[in-house]
Order: sequence, then C-alpha cells, then structure tokens
Amino acid sequence: MAGFDKVVTSYSEAMAGLTDGMTVIAGGFGLCGIPEGLIAQIKRQGTRDLTVVSNNCGIDGFGLGVLLEDKQISKMIASYVGENALFEQQLLSGELDVELTPQGTLAEKMRAGGAGIPAFYTATGVGTVVAEGKETRHINGRDYLLEPSITGDFAIIKAYKADRYGNCIYRHTAMNFNPMAATAGKITVLEVEEIVEPGELEPSQIHTPGIYIDRVIKGEFEKRIEKVTTRDNNK
Amino acid sequence: MALSREQIAKRVAMELQDGYYVNLGIGIPTLVANYVPSDIEVMLQSENGLLGMGPYPTASKVDADMINAGKETVTAAKGAAIFSSAESFAMIRGGHVDLTVLGAFEVDQHGNIASWMIPNKLVKGMGGAMDLVAGAKNIICTMTHANKQGESKLLSECSLPLTGVGCINKVITDLALLEIKDGAFYLLERAPGISTEEIITKTAGKLIVAGDIPEMQFN
Repeated sequence: MAGFDKVVTSYSEAMAGLTDGMTVIAGGFGLCGIPEGLIAQIKRQGTRDLTVVSNNCGIDGFGLGVLLEDKQISKMIASYVGENALFEQQLLSGELDVELTPQGTLAEKMRAGGAGIPAFYTATGVGTVVAEGKETRHINGRDYLLEPSITGDFAIIKAYKADRYGNCIYRHTAMNFNPMAATAGKITVLEVEEIVEPGELEPSQIHTPGIYIDRVIKGEFEKRIEKVTTRDNNK
Repeated sequence: MALSREQIAKRVAMELQDGYYVNLGIGIPTLVANYVPSDIEVMLQSENGLLGMGPYPTASKVDADMINAGKETVTAAKGAAIFSSAESFAMIRGGHVDLTVLGAFEVDQHGNIASWMIPNKLVKGMGGAMDLVAGAKNIICTMTHANKQGESKLLSECSLPLTGVGCINKVITDLALLEIKDGAFYLLERAPGISTEEIITKTAGKLIVAGDIPEMQFN
C-alpha cells in the first residue's frame, strides 16, 4: 500500500503518461524556480506538439528553451518570451504559435483553473489586443474582459522541500507561478531539492498542500541565473 | 537643459510619500529607488512576488532563488514578504499598490499608454505591464518628450498598440511634468532652462499652458 506516499525515483516514472499533443503547465519565472529535471525528461522522451503554459519560455539552451531545440512545443502561452533566439526563429517561420497573456491574468487563469472557476472578469487588457474576441461586461462603472481559465494535462513544478505526501514549501522568489501551476494539472509532478518524512514540515507553514500533487521526485538543480547583479557591479 | 535619466528619476522620487507601496518598472523607473528621500519610508513591490525589495546583493550573497521582476538578483529588505504570482497580481489588480512608475513609447491626451509592442518588430510580450496600468491607483509615466527623430511622444492619440486605456494621469519627461485630465495635457513644471515654447513645440497632443509655468525644484 502506497497510501499517500507520492515519491517516485525515476524521471521516466515522474513523466509517465505524457503524450503528444498534451498541455503542460510549468511553474517558474525566467529561470527561477523551474523544474529542471522534469523539463530535461520531456526533452529525452521526445514528446511533441505540446502546448506549454508558462510565464516565459526559458532561454536558448536552458529551461523550457531546450524543448524548442527538437521543436517539441507547437504552442506557447506566456507573458514574456524575450531572451530566446530559437523561439523567435520558430515564431517567424510559423512552426510555433504564441498566445501572449498579461502576467497577472496568466497567474489568475491557472489559479482559477485549479479552483474550478471556468472564467473570470478582469480590467487588465481592456481596449488592447488582448480584448479581441472576448466578451466585455460593464460592472460598477468599469469595463471588464471575460478571461477563460487554464488547466493542463500535466503541471510540472519545483519546490524547495516536500514531504512524501507532496506537502511542500518554496524558497524565496522561486515560488512565483509554482503554487498556481500545482493546482491546475490533471497530473501534477513536483521536483524538489529535498524530501522529508511526513510530519517534519510545520503544517501551518506548508505553501502547497499535498492534495494537489501526484508525484514527487528529488532533483539536482543547476539554478542558472539570468542576470547576476551585485552592489559592486551596479551600473 | 533637458533632464538626464537620473534627474527624471529624482523628480519622480519627489512624488513618493511616506508609507507608499510602489512598483517600479524597468529603465528610468528602476533608478527612482536610488533617490527615495531619507525622511520617508517606501516599500518596493516586484511583481514576481516580492514586497520589500532591497538593494542588489554583495557578490557572496547572490542567490538564484532571489530575483526581481527584471530577473536580476536582489535582496529582501527588512520587513519584506514573499508570495506567489497570483497573490502579487491580486495586490496590483486590487488597487493595493499606491504608485506604479513605468516607461512608455507613447502617451496620449486621453491617458492611454503604448509601451509593449512595435508592429513589425519582434513582439516579446507585455509581461505585467497591462495588469499594472489597469490596477494601480496612481501611475507616473517616465519617458523622453520626443524620440530620437524629434517627434513628440505625447500625442492626441497613441499610434502603437495600447497597454492600457485612460489610465495615465501624470507624465514626467526630460522636459516637463504634465498632468493628464479632461482630454488634455496640463503643463505643470518645466525642466530647468527649458522654455515653455520648446515644450509646446514638442507636444503633439492638446496642451494646456495656464499662466507662468514654474521650473522644477530639486532639493
């Protein structure tokens, strides 16, 4: 009996069931708080025609950017996709479709998707290209857009520590989109720096409760930094 | 003389008030943090999930898990809080952030702003800019008054794709401080040494100049 023990020991187990054409929601902001090993596994598996939902698409050669190398992503839903030459190339050649979404709306789409709310109204994007084709409603003197929420076949997220039940905590700003992504996957896979026994994490300090998590794997992280800025080299 | 980037930031900083929660965009707005008056406290919000952004770390304290919305390594200030992106934008969308400072390509007399996309150039995305302009109570837009070709960026109607509509009420440029209301720019202050005539020439949108316009005072 496995009970609530969600720990898996191989990446192929962690990403089992991911097939061509699926939607994958990924946590992370830039390269901060990304599930490095799970992304590498998707690359190894060669799953194609993926719709990937993430604030960014990594950079050339790291993060979600590696999935562009073998053209595994057919559609990207993101708020900002700079810093990535391969992305640009595939976008211009028409091999890659992109749906640019305001950052706060993207976060809320994941949150709502995971919370069973199919759509929500927001003022963000009213009067812009984001509003095209969307229902607008006037509420209390202001215009709002109806934004559909997002769920995925898989969600891949990264936390600092988790117990075997999947209860987890994030470290510093590596939290970002991970808590919402965690709730929005039919199967949510969590990659962590450290796995502890149930009871070791303080219940009131848990960021994401284990109910949202299906599989937990311990990873090794490179944690590449996009822009190292220090007091010394501050221009 | 037209204001330098630093001087624009300095003038923006004079608009800060004690106890303000402030979101600073990339570019000139980031520099505002260097000029917070010493007799007030402000808390900087970074939309990736940090309230209370501190200075850049020393080299030995660089931490990949501690970045700002510009993806730069930063520190947390005393009394900081860290939270998810949904929480961060709940603060922004919900109007809890007192002031947002951001740059723009164009602003028009109706308070519309274009800051994220130039057609036929690569589109990188709006990031959090649309959420910020839709949610902030108070927005200051910083930019040069005219582009490199000398064409005004203060227009009657934005020509580029919009970031938000009717949301900008104050613009601080290298030449002037202006307020936007009732479908016009109101000239309130001139940069030191800049004539009202020059500002009139370089403002394409409807500009109201009422009486003598004072020069900006820097303390």
